[in-house]
Amino acid sequence: MNPAKTLPVLLSPRVERLHPPFPVFRLRAWHGLAVAAIVVVASGAAVAQGGPTQLSPIGVIMKWMPLLLSGFVFNIAISLMAMTLGTVVGLALGLMAVSETMPVRKVSWAVTQFFRNSPWLVLLFFAMFLVPYEFRLLGVTVPFPDWIKAVIGFSLPVMANVSEIVRGAIRSIPDGQWESAEALAFSRRQTMWMIILPQCLRRMLPPWMNLYSLVTMATVLASVVGVSEMLTLTSQVHAAEGGRPELLAPLYGFALLCFFVYCYPIDRLTRRLEHRFQVRL
Amino acid sequence: MAVVADWFRWLYEATGFNFTIFYDPYDARQMLGGFLMTVQLSVISILLSLVIGILGAWLQGSNLRLVRGLVGGFITVFRNTPPLVQIFFFYFGIGTLLPGTENQWGMRQPMLSNVQWAIISLSLFAGAFNVEIFRSGIEAVPRTTVEAAEALGYTRLGTYRHVVLPLALRVCLPALNNNLVNLLKTTTLAYAIAVPEMLYVAKQIWGSSQNVLEMMLFLLFAYVGLVGILVFIMHRWERAMRIPGYGR
Repeated sequence: MNPAKTLPVLLSPRVERLHPPFPVFRLRAWHGLAVAAIVVVASGAAVAQGGPTQLSPIGVIMKWMPLLLSGFVFNIAISLMAMTLGTVVGLALGLMAVSETMPVRKVSWAVTQFFRNSPWLVLLFFAMFLVPYEFRLLGVTVPFPDWIKAVIGFSLPVMANVSEIVRGAIRSIPDGQWESAEALAFSRRQTMWMIILPQCLRRMLPPWMNLYSLVTMATVLASVVGVSEMLTLTSQVHAAEGGRPELLAPLYGFALLCFFVYCYPIDRLTRRLEHRFQVRL
Repeated sequence: MAVVADWFRWLYEATGFNFTIFYDPYDARQMLGGFLMTVQLSVISILLSLVIGILGAWLQGSNLRLVRGLVGGFITVFRNTPPLVQIFFFYFGIGTLLPGTENQWGMRQPMLSNVQWAIISLSLFAGAFNVEIFRSGIEAVPRTTVEAAEALGYTRLGTYRHVVLPLALRVCLPALNNNLVNLLKTTTLAYAIAVPEMLYVAKQIWGSSQNVLEMMLFLLFAYVGLVGILVFIMHRWERAMRIPGYGR
């Protein structure tokens, strides 16, 4: 039978036509091996150019690994502090967004939208240049080093995003919960803290973790404004090794790898939680 | 125009708020260039990232495991690494490895300029997210609709172009909206490789005119305005594409 002449109606139903809904990509051991192989091959090519007296890219990374990793730890510390600060302020802002008084809602909305819609880097510059480098508090001078200002700069967008997450989660709780709490004579505050927010927690967790991973990846922006975190150290290491251009790809590749190793598990966990906490109507 | 310039000159003398970009012709030209560069970066990267997203989502439905794995790997890597490091990796890392030519002064002329690298890395970054967004949209298209298209004799490409994509696009517009806004904000990262966009120009201006606060305020409002325009366009599009009776 000539297949071109067959009417589509006459074809037997094809079972294997669409595979099971788009398999999710998972990292396996051989993926890591493949990446390692690529790195080795790439650095091998670079060694061929480098000559015998210079360290190979792998050697350079090994030599400076402790310094680079300490920079990475600093990045993580910044992200944790910014996340804590941003979450606390953002929670307050999110609760303001569902307040019963109109002006409070409006103020919260304006602040949230403003900080959500401005670029992280601009907000970071904002904090860097406009927060004073020291405070005089009751005659005591409190110094404000660069990295604290960076934490403040990162916590501004975090605050706005957390506010949206909190507001969205509270709005997603069925009205029946509010009504039954009212029927049980809970005050508004009691309802919020004892009934609504505990239920919100599982809905807020996945987007909150997603946000944390974004903050971690944003901390490298601090290098643009002169905080000596991993990316700054990377370019310093490059300069210390004589500024060879072929070192740049492996060094920045190493930075990429560090962030990947840290953020990938968070991403996976977020997805699993998202799946588990899926809202079932 | 002269009225605006005079008013801002008066504002400076009266209050000390020095918005040089509104009365100083040099600063004004600089800032206009920066603004146009930001718009150019955003528009080109948005279009490219959409192309990458559509293409990637289509490839993810491929029958070949290798193709699916490659697209999945691309998404995973670009989603989980900082965009700034990606830009550095491309511009400094890959850019120096690529062959370059020599210009008339004997300096090394790289194959791709910093603007082009910025566009490439921004599009790849946003494109990786777009693939996921489109994929979720495609998954939302009922299997029966695809089967119906198949029964009508559509090819795989035909089904994708005429049936799945138009439906999926409508489902994923809100998420897409979000990502494109994000991309617009991410264009500031091009600052790090000296692309003269708004932030870069603003830094130059406040370096010479000592008006950090004013330029900061201008920047924040300019970006909020740009995002507002983008969101407005996307909402108009969303409304124009709405199918009566489909989704709410």
